[in-house]
Amino acid sequence: MLEFAEVSFAYPTATAPALDGVSFSLEPGQLLVVVGANGSGKSTLARLCDGLLTPGGGRVLVDGLDTADVSLVWDIRVKVGMVFQDPDDQIVGTTVDDDCAFGPENLGLPPEEIVARVAEALTSVGMDGLERREPHLLSEGQKQRLAIAGALAMGPRYLVFDEPSAMLDPAGRRSAIAIIERLAHEQGHGVLLVSHDAADVARADRALALSGGCVVFEGAPEDLLADAALLRACGLATGSMGVLGERLRALGLAVPVGALEAESVVDALWP
Amino acid sequence: MKPISGMGQYVPTDSPLHHLDAAAKIGLAAALTTALFMASGFAGLGVLAAAVAWAVASSRVPLRAVARGLGAVSFVVVFTLLANSLRWEPAVALLRIGPLAVDAAGLRTGAFFAVRILVLVVGTTLLTLTTSPVRLSGGLERVMRPLSWLRVPVGDLAMTLTIALRFIPTTAEEAERIVMAQQARGAVFDKGGPIRRARAYAPVLVPLFFQLFRRADALATAMEARCYRGTEGRTRMREERMRGVDWLVMLGLGAALVAVGWFL
Repeated sequence: MLEFAEVSFAYPTATAPALDGVSFSLEPGQLLVVVGANGSGKSTLARLCDGLLTPGGGRVLVDGLDTADVSLVWDIRVKVGMVFQDPDDQIVGTTVDDDCAFGPENLGLPPEEIVARVAEALTSVGMDGLERREPHLLSEGQKQRLAIAGALAMGPRYLVFDEPSAMLDPAGRRSAIAIIERLAHEQGHGVLLVSHDAADVARADRALALSGGCVVFEGAPEDLLADAALLRACGLATGSMGVLGERLRALGLAVPVGALEAESVVDALWP
Repeated sequence: MKPISGMGQYVPTDSPLHHLDAAAKIGLAAALTTALFMASGFAGLGVLAAAVAWAVASSRVPLRAVARGLGAVSFVVVFTLLANSLRWEPAVALLRIGPLAVDAAGLRTGAFFAVRILVLVVGTTLLTLTTSPVRLSGGLERVMRPLSWLRVPVGDLAMTLTIALRFIPTTAEEAERIVMAQQARGAVFDKGGPIRRARAYAPVLVPLFFQLFRRADALATAMEARCYRGTEGRTRMREERMRGVDWLVMLGLGAALVAVGWFL
């Protein structure tokens, strides 16, 4: 279990804390989405998960390991994989498979094991056949999938995504979220997804909303999506399908609040 | 605008030279350089030039790619030739342009140095033309490994080199984007003398460096998240080694090259 217990954090130069008394927990196999307006503390929360930042108050525990304990930090980073917003900021290798191997190489694994892990990770993000491709020749969507594979090759139990689809076009975004969902629900990783996209909320098991560094909502995604004022406060737009769903509900049609894509609205109307 | 000329960029044709281990090729490039600076006459230079020409032919790299490398140094070659062959009012001369003149001895010295530079550039460009960046940095790491006894951080240097290679295209794209953004706002890059043109690039370099520092910081964070803690205890997915044939080629051809330089 990845657990935040009354976690507070303040950047050295800031006057207000970035996070204030945040508590929640994440189980393997679960997809938790974290939303909030810019500056609400989402990225800080993501960086606290694997000890890139350590809490000023409270504790972050990863399977019982305290991130504040300096001697445990590398064990924790093996357990918690991170994927950041801009894939170009995290691809180190000059080819796809070399980049994917970067993490396992750092762990000092034997070459045969690295080759096996790289193959498995690239397959699970659908990048087979692109092993020798140079990163700058990949599409943005492929780059982000490579970044996910790089994290997966470490063999993590938990994965933290910090707005992974912010730089992607709609098609890349759909494929990224499909992979993220599969990693949680089929491969059993505990996934924390920081997002700006209401469609991501609809796919999560649980939602957490931050405002000014405090948790203002924790619960079922449907309840968050039904609360228009809170959604606005978190800077989440439900898009044209959300507006359509709202109007259809006003007409008495049974369209769920989580139906934020054309396909899911159609499915709701003609089951 | 093309920010990088593509000089010496890897050409993945298939040839014996491509299969030769990167460290062996680095050794041969070092032997060629040594031989070129030892050679005292045109005979030695000629043999070395022939050897390089043979290597170019056997590499199956298109001549166009090799010529691109030469284009970049043509200024240096022409300058060397002129600086050595021009004399101020000599007694005998082949050609006179006012008080300046070209005499036979000067021309010979100039041509010697110019050919030396050409052979050197073609020979060393062939190294990068036939070796992928990954192999090249791996080879350099193995060549430099003895330096780690002197506490030189060889692994970190190799990692730095790999990252630099990885970010050349990304940085070029970024530079291109900034140039276009500045052009859209009325910046002019292709008018005026060289000084004015160079100054026009200041508004490109400032945001480019800003971006690079931001990216370096983000990359460092991402590398830490993937457990990079220096090269201590690090393994490699592809550990390349010098095979018998690599040793044989490197030592055999290397010795031959140095011998040419020594005797001719």
